[in-house]
Amino acid sequence: MTDLKTPVVFTANRLRDGEVVWLGANGRWVETVDASLPATTQAEQTQLAAIAAQSDADNVIVEPYEIDVSLDAGSVTPVRFRERIRASGPTIRLDLGKQAQNTAHAA
Amino acid sequence: MYRYDEFDHEFVESRVAQFRDQVARRVSGELSEDNFKPIRLQNGVYLQLHAYMLRVAVPYGTLNSQQMRMLAHIARKYDRDYGHFTTRQNIQFNWPKLEDIPDILADLASVEMHAIQTSGNCIRNVTADHFAGASADEIADPRPYAEILRQWSTVHPEFLFLPRKFKIAVIGAGVDRAAMQFHDIGLEVKRNAADELGFGVFIGGGLGRTPMVAKQVRDFVAEADLLSYCEAILRVYNLSGRRDNKYKARIKILVHETGIDELKQQIEAEFERIREGVLKLPDEDVRSIEAYFAAPAFEELPNESAKLEAAQAADPGFARWVGRNVSAHKAPGYAIVTVALKGTGEAPGDATSAQMDVLAGLGEAYSFDELRVSHEQNVILPHVRLDDLKAVYDALLAHGMASANAGLITDIIACPGLDYCALATARSIPVAQEISQRFSDLDRQNEIGELKLKISGCINACGHHHAGHIGILGVEKRGEELYQVTLGGSGDETAAIGEIIGRGFASDEITNAVETLVDTYLARRLSDDETFLEAYRRMGPAPFKEALYPPAPATEAA
Repeated sequence: MTDLKTPVVFTANRLRDGEVVWLGANGRWVETVDASLPATTQAEQTQLAAIAAQSDADNVIVEPYEIDVSLDAGSVTPVRFRERIRASGPTIRLDLGKQAQNTAHAA
Repeated sequence: MYRYDEFDHEFVESRVAQFRDQVARRVSGELSEDNFKPIRLQNGVYLQLHAYMLRVAVPYGTLNSQQMRMLAHIARKYDRDYGHFTTRQNIQFNWPKLEDIPDILADLASVEMHAIQTSGNCIRNVTADHFAGASADEIADPRPYAEILRQWSTVHPEFLFLPRKFKIAVIGAGVDRAAMQFHDIGLEVKRNAADELGFGVFIGGGLGRTPMVAKQVRDFVAEADLLSYCEAILRVYNLSGRRDNKYKARIKILVHETGIDELKQQIEAEFERIREGVLKLPDEDVRSIEAYFAAPAFEELPNESAKLEAAQAADPGFARWVGRNVSAHKAPGYAIVTVALKGTGEAPGDATSAQMDVLAGLGEAYSFDELRVSHEQNVILPHVRLDDLKAVYDALLAHGMASANAGLITDIIACPGLDYCALATARSIPVAQEISQRFSDLDRQNEIGELKLKISGCINACGHHHAGHIGILGVEKRGEELYQVTLGGSGDETAAIGEIIGRGFASDEITNAVETLVDTYLARRLSDDETFLEAYRRMGPAPFKEALYPPAPATEAA
């Protein structure tokens, strides 16, 4: 199967609380981009897209879409600046968003 | 201040109950997002970059201390301990959970507040001069008319699904502090030759991707005809406004494409048809709504305060603050205080719960229980005794809200930008913060004088960049943030759209570019009193362009 030019992951917001989530393994929506499951082939992309659409229909998440990512030593980094901000939080408030939770975990 | 009547109470409470049920049905899956989205939008709930966002209306920018305290409570209990005052006199909470929003709306309803029509293609929260009812230059308080418009436009069955959103602003003085000419309808309260109250009516103003200054459609509409005339405008727009392209759907495009003369004929024809109908305002109704906005019981005071003068002499920081942030009041012995939510390096318009509580307390103790939110993202204490200014200042200083920069270069308007907004293409707040830091020296700011700097993080222009003396628009170019500069815009009674000066600047260049513009102005102004805007209007863009884009030095042949 054809490899994608750029790996992709699916992202959305969780319906109940709006938390930014990414589609991970086993069809689970995870709270960090690093825990997401990247698709590197068209077949994987198609399957993940179907799972995302189903989760939308099942009212687990809202407004799912696909983003380009780069993969490096197990970490997943969104390509677009917008998506990097979404994955970490406001750049002017490091105490908010994912970045704050990550710090809390590290502490 | 306007108090809800029985109808308002019942209506808002039933709306909360209705939305609670809708949220429950959404979460249970009974309603799809397609079903739910228009509903949540009409209740002020957006889905933003990181989370849901709730936009709460502050009708015509006026609120009391209890309401401000409730905003603090909501920020503390349901959000992340702060709120963001917007460029349309609203407040936004950036992190609410969908499941909590019905409770938030119930809390708001308990203090006569709501989020109805703060989004969607309907008539939005009506804005007004934030100095309304206080300013020395006022002809009449615009808020009773804004309230009448609020009552008329709230769930107006004909106007809930307009081609696009619709914004109305009302001013009550010749000086425009509400960017009235950048609204779909702008109303200027005035008196005619017979000394009767009425309105100059402007239509088709707006910012966004197609900025336009409103055109005057009527020099004078009588007070009694306010709603009939507005209804005629809305009806013509609702019928003829474009629905094929959301970027061409605002009334400004209709004005532009149809022409103001032709459109005026249509509006006048509809107005003539309905002017003697149900919308004609009975004088007693106007006067009774006006009574809600009656001036507080001002004491009879001298127009000077020895206490104030002594305090200014003793505290230069206070004296500076008085010089910038205190404006003339219509009642002798009183003043209007602008609390600039623009400390050095802060996000414009953000206030913590603790700060909101302090503001509420100050409103209660020193301003007849009244506060205002300005479209410039500041909070106003409209009725403070001159004798009390020092006490107000000291409390603000203790809570980081005593910036003496109202109207100066660091009193920046900025939209949330890419740090929060799903539509943004670049960040705004960090640009505002860096400029604020670069120009933090108050001596320098005062030397520069009045300079309105406005920043938007996308073409939708929530940061009003077109109306900035210096405007900055952030865009994305090849994956990087790029900032375009416009000069000569103005949101006051001399409304003008800024002109793009040239190629954009990278995020690490934009503050230098602003500094170059300011230095160019300082080096060429005719006197200390000539403002940046006046100097730009006199000289045009050429000297600024030359300074920003110096010709490359001739390269020597190798």
